[in-house]
Amino acid sequence: MSYYRGSAFALAATLIMAQPVLSQEIKIGLSGTFTGPNATNGIPYRNAAEIFPSSIGGAAVKWILLDDATDPTTAVKNARKFVDEDKVDIVLGSTSTVTASAMMDVSVESKTAQIALSPVQIPEAKLPWIFNVPQPVPIMVSAIIDDMKKSGLKTVAFIGYADGWGDLNWNALNQVAAKEGIKVVAGERYNRTDTSVTAQALKIIASSPDTVFIGASGTAAALPHVTLKDQGFNGRVYHTHGTVAKAFIDAGGKAVEGAMMPTGPVVAAADLPDSNPIKKVSLDFIAKYEGKWGKGSANPIAGYAWDAMLLVEAAATEALKKAKPGTPEFRVALRDALQSGKDVAGTNAVYRFTPTDHYGVDERARVMVVVKDGAFRLAK
Amino acid sequence: MNVTIGLLLLQDGLTTGFLYALLSLSILLVFVVTRVLWVPAGEFLVFGALTLASLQQGQVPGTVWLAAALGVTTALVDTWHARRTGDWRAWPVVAAISLGAPLIAGGLIVLFAASKPALAIQVALTLALVVPMGFMLYRVAFRALADKSTLTLMFVAIAVHYALVGLGLLFFGSEGYRTPPFIAGRIDAGFTRISWQLVLVVATSAIVMVGLWLFIGRTLWGKALRAAAVNRFGARLVGVRTETMGALAFTISALIGTLSGVLIGPVTTLFYDSGFLIGLKGFVGTVIAGMASFPLAVLGSIVIGVVESFASFYASSFKEAIVFGLLIPFLLWRSAVEPRTLEAHGDDE
Repeated sequence: MSYYRGSAFALAATLIMAQPVLSQEIKIGLSGTFTGPNATNGIPYRNAAEIFPSSIGGAAVKWILLDDATDPTTAVKNARKFVDEDKVDIVLGSTSTVTASAMMDVSVESKTAQIALSPVQIPEAKLPWIFNVPQPVPIMVSAIIDDMKKSGLKTVAFIGYADGWGDLNWNALNQVAAKEGIKVVAGERYNRTDTSVTAQALKIIASSPDTVFIGASGTAAALPHVTLKDQGFNGRVYHTHGTVAKAFIDAGGKAVEGAMMPTGPVVAAADLPDSNPIKKVSLDFIAKYEGKWGKGSANPIAGYAWDAMLLVEAAATEALKKAKPGTPEFRVALRDALQSGKDVAGTNAVYRFTPTDHYGVDERARVMVVVKDGAFRLAK
Repeated sequence: MNVTIGLLLLQDGLTTGFLYALLSLSILLVFVVTRVLWVPAGEFLVFGALTLASLQQGQVPGTVWLAAALGVTTALVDTWHARRTGDWRAWPVVAAISLGAPLIAGGLIVLFAASKPALAIQVALTLALVVPMGFMLYRVAFRALADKSTLTLMFVAIAVHYALVGLGLLFFGSEGYRTPPFIAGRIDAGFTRISWQLVLVVATSAIVMVGLWLFIGRTLWGKALRAAAVNRFGARLVGVRTETMGALAFTISALIGTLSGVLIGPVTTLFYDSGFLIGLKGFVGTVIAGMASFPLAVLGSIVIGVVESFASFYASSFKEAIVFGLLIPFLLWRSAVEPRTLEAHGDDE
């Protein structure tokens, strides 16, 4: 937690460091999907950036925000601008899997660390420079399976998107379920824009599962749930962590009461035990974010942005001791500090990056929440 | 698979099938009268549904500004055109529709949206706002191209489609909307439970289809429309203004599209980009009917809906592949049954 006492560090840094270092500002580039089809997931990052501190580790920080409009080509252009023109020390982004992956090549080639703000697959060759903040899917799905085991549910049916997101969840479900002795009895697919999933719902009900896992996201995840209820399915329904947004409850209405999903602990921060290091960080983040954007505005997505900032803060504090911002040495030092294996408590997880693990999250990175009275509450 | 499930699947297929049928009517009507492949048919469905959804939340829908912008553009383009040709005969009507409709419907919405008027009024406002956009799009994008090849017209239609989808994203955002059902629940019919939604969709479709049939078969305007469809040159010779007929076809098509949007809103969550796929399935229905026959297009679309429903049951991952794969045997069959008639028809202008 020590990194978190920003003011103490600022003081220490002022005392220890030479003047030229202080006058150097750290430049951080953040590219996100602030417009375009993925804007819903991008805008919270931009909002969170508004409450980012103006100095970290005793050095001034310049946050450079660029919009990639959910377009991989623009994301690459932004990454180029960051490393060529702005000469940033670290890149954050992007906020969709496709655009974040597109930026990787530029980061690796320019030897600049990149913290992806949407789950990405990090290829072996790019591992040295790419870090991932949002929890990988298998960690989240295993929380669901744990919950099923705890509740004595033995069979599960799956319905998910016929796309990459659906595949990720379907594969993770099969892997984890097999290990834990839970039987997957049906696997159905649908499209985000489909007008009806009655047929799939009927087939799922015909396979009489104890529970259903819906591998979708956002408002489109409501359709199978509503249809299942409409066709008389009364079992528990699990969703992915991509549904933890007010819009999902609005779209599903009464039908999605009782739906359960894994999410980052920030969603239920107030309900966490005091011993959990995430609680203090989360409550502080929520207070700052809602102070700026209004009550009830805090969400796990903005939490990822905050976590990325905390990670950079922790790493920069170390790196400033070794090199000056704006130099290749500083970028290396920053990367090394990021993967030094130290625990960094964020709002969504306790991160511990090592040279071989750039996902860095464990089971502390998720809690199960339940939809109750139109809000997400910590499940007991 | 048993009878109960089969009947439920059939119901589901009929509900979507009738919606596809409505869209196929709007596509076919525009095609036979103006030779434009009406790619943005689905966009009107989306605009209808999302406008109604916004109204039900007590918000001013983005389509108000879209209609206003389109209306002003139409009026400007038309004024310029009239000035250049010196032909001012159509101008007053066009200006009245393109400026008046967004002003009146949009104005009423801006004034009363927050007070959440009754559902019937919301539907009426939605129709009054969205339907004139069909007319405006014809005046702006297609009228000047009336004599161009079908291919050119199709490209322009695709351009209009992309423009509308982009504007939809701008006005409604990337999240989906769902409107509450008009009548919830199901009727117990003894052997199965029929959803009210199906009854509503079938009833509305029947009214639209019969209305269209009466309009085309019994009224002077309808007969002129049919004349323009059968032979544009001949129709002009006997005094039918094909331009007016084009505008009429687009308006009716927009009406049908918006109405389907109002109907589909409670059935599913709709996104700004949902329209294309729904429109495409209506299009497959019309292709099955050889792009010529209205009753066959309706039948084809209903077949698509039912096949889709059963395909979702048996192999949901291949659902779209199965639905669009249907095109191949039908196209083969059509080309075997009526060789070259379509080409001959297309060259007579």
